[in-house]
Amino acid sequence: MTLPVSRFQEALEAGEFVVTGEIGPPKGTNVEPVIHEAETYLKGNVVAVNVTDIQTAVMRTGSMVGCKLLLDRGIEPVFQMVTRDRNRLALQSDLLSAHILGIRNVLALTGDHVAMGDHPQAKPVYDVDSVGLLQAITGLEAGTDMGADMKGNPNELDGVPTFFKGCCVTPCTEVVEPQIIKLEKKVEAGAQFVQTQAVYDPATFETFMKNIDHVKIPVLVGIVVLKSAGMAKYMNRGVPGVQVPDAIIQRMADAPKEDRKKVSAEIAGELVREMKPMCQGAHLMTLGWDDVVPDILEHAEIKP
Amino acid sequence: MIVAERKPFDEILEMLAPQKRVLVLACGGCVTVCLTGGEKQADELASQLRLAARQKGMDLTIESDSITRQCDREFIENLKADPGQYDAVLSMACGVGVGFMSELYPETPFLPTLNTTFYGANTAPGAWAEYCRGCGDCVLAWTGGICPVARCSKSLINGTCGGTNDGKCEVDQEMDCAWLLIYKRLKELGRLDEYRKIRPPRDHRTDRGRGVRRLVHEEMVELEEEESQA
Ligand code: SF4
Ligand code: SF4
Repeated sequence: MTLPVSRFQEALEAGEFVVTGEIGPPKGTNVEPVIHEAETYLKGNVVAVNVTDIQTAVMRTGSMVGCKLLLDRGIEPVFQMVTRDRNRLALQSDLLSAHILGIRNVLALTGDHVAMGDHPQAKPVYDVDSVGLLQAITGLEAGTDMGADMKGNPNELDGVPTFFKGCCVTPCTEVVEPQIIKLEKKVEAGAQFVQTQAVYDPATFETFMKNIDHVKIPVLVGIVVLKSAGMAKYMNRGVPGVQVPDAIIQRMADAPKEDRKKVSAEIAGELVREMKPMCQGAHLMTLGWDDVVPDILEHAEIKP
Repeated sequence: MIVAERKPFDEILEMLAPQKRVLVLACGGCVTVCLTGGEKQADELASQLRLAARQKGMDLTIESDSITRQCDREFIENLKADPGQYDAVLSMACGVGVGFMSELYPETPFLPTLNTTFYGANTAPGAWAEYCRGCGDCVLAWTGGICPVARCSKSLINGTCGGTNDGKCEVDQEMDCAWLLIYKRLKELGRLDEYRKIRPPRDHRTDRGRGVRRLVHEEMVELEEEESQA
């Protein structure tokens, strides 16, 4: 077995229950607030922090620079990469750049369609899909890129990167088999960990985990912090593969406004606590409410 | 077939503005079938234009004609009107027809009256939908006959993304997720193994990667040459 390339990989391999966080870079150059939040609430509480890549196709500062800023502050980043905006030349080039900056964890995603974002006129790229991106990363690690010379031999790299490669899956969708097959393909293409889409129903998640018992990579259950009952209802209507049970919506609705963060952390923490025995970690998506992370961990009975 | 939509009337009028003698030229091919660029639509457009010209006091003479196809040299001799005699021709053909006729009549501007939209099929009376994008490397054999290039919003090749919701695509709740359809079809056919195979990233050289695409049947070219020498 090769040595872990990141603290995140090391923790998973050691069998720890691993918690990761997430930040979204701002629209504009003012990165200080989000980096400050990460330093205050995520550092020391989570093992690694995902930096989203032009999330929901809303234009903003890039993921790579966010990762670098975290690294400079002693926080291990997970570099999210979507295939929506860059072709294979740019993706591979950015992977090399990221490695040079010291970034080791990569999460390969297809990415929401440009139609969902704030530049619907943009040309969607999707030169490769998430499976292709994982193949590309695996190739780079083996010292070759996706191209070939005149004789058809793969192009060799001068200096080879290494990464801890992840992917995503949607466990709570109505027809789950095509998702599972795609997950198998991602693992075959080189994925070493999974961070799931938001889960609010431990029973469905348990079934899902049984269905992917043959997939031998660690799974971090995705937890999206609810900010209000309205948000939960919105997700049930509009967000694919997300189903917030009525009981949870009711708890949010009953919470007085000033207690919402508390209740929301309670709900998230309880979900983590309940699903802890089923998987290898949790990925907390706090959508800017980073200050709830310590509370979530407490309710989940996890010591940082 | 090629499917096209009529451009907004005002855009056509604006294109025409400086011209005095204009021919509206219908095409008897695909655009007749999809009811946008045939003789009937050409006559309609011609009378709309005459009316507008009269109302706006424009000095504009509009005539109309039609040929079997504007994308084939063979039918040019069937033209009753001579495009060279007009200040401009409003072509009711798809982009191929407009482009090809422009090449044949370099002196006359051929203006498009349609927006050419997709390769589609007639799915219901009065309705057409996209089925192919001419990618140059057809994969329908392993996708149960459902095209992932044209019918998946992201042209994915390894299966459904996380955006599929109740069988619909994340882009539009009215649109089926192509990959869910492919999955179901392959399952019915007992061919899920095709879904399981990793498909490497596509080679875009067959698509847009190398500029203008051509088809040449060498034997036909040779035959033609022999005949012309004989
Ligand atoms: S795979 Fe390519 S050639 Fe085949 S139907 Fe789709 S776009 Fe057309
Ligand atoms: S939801 Fe389905 S059709 Fe839409 S982009 Fe994803 S896989 Fe393609």
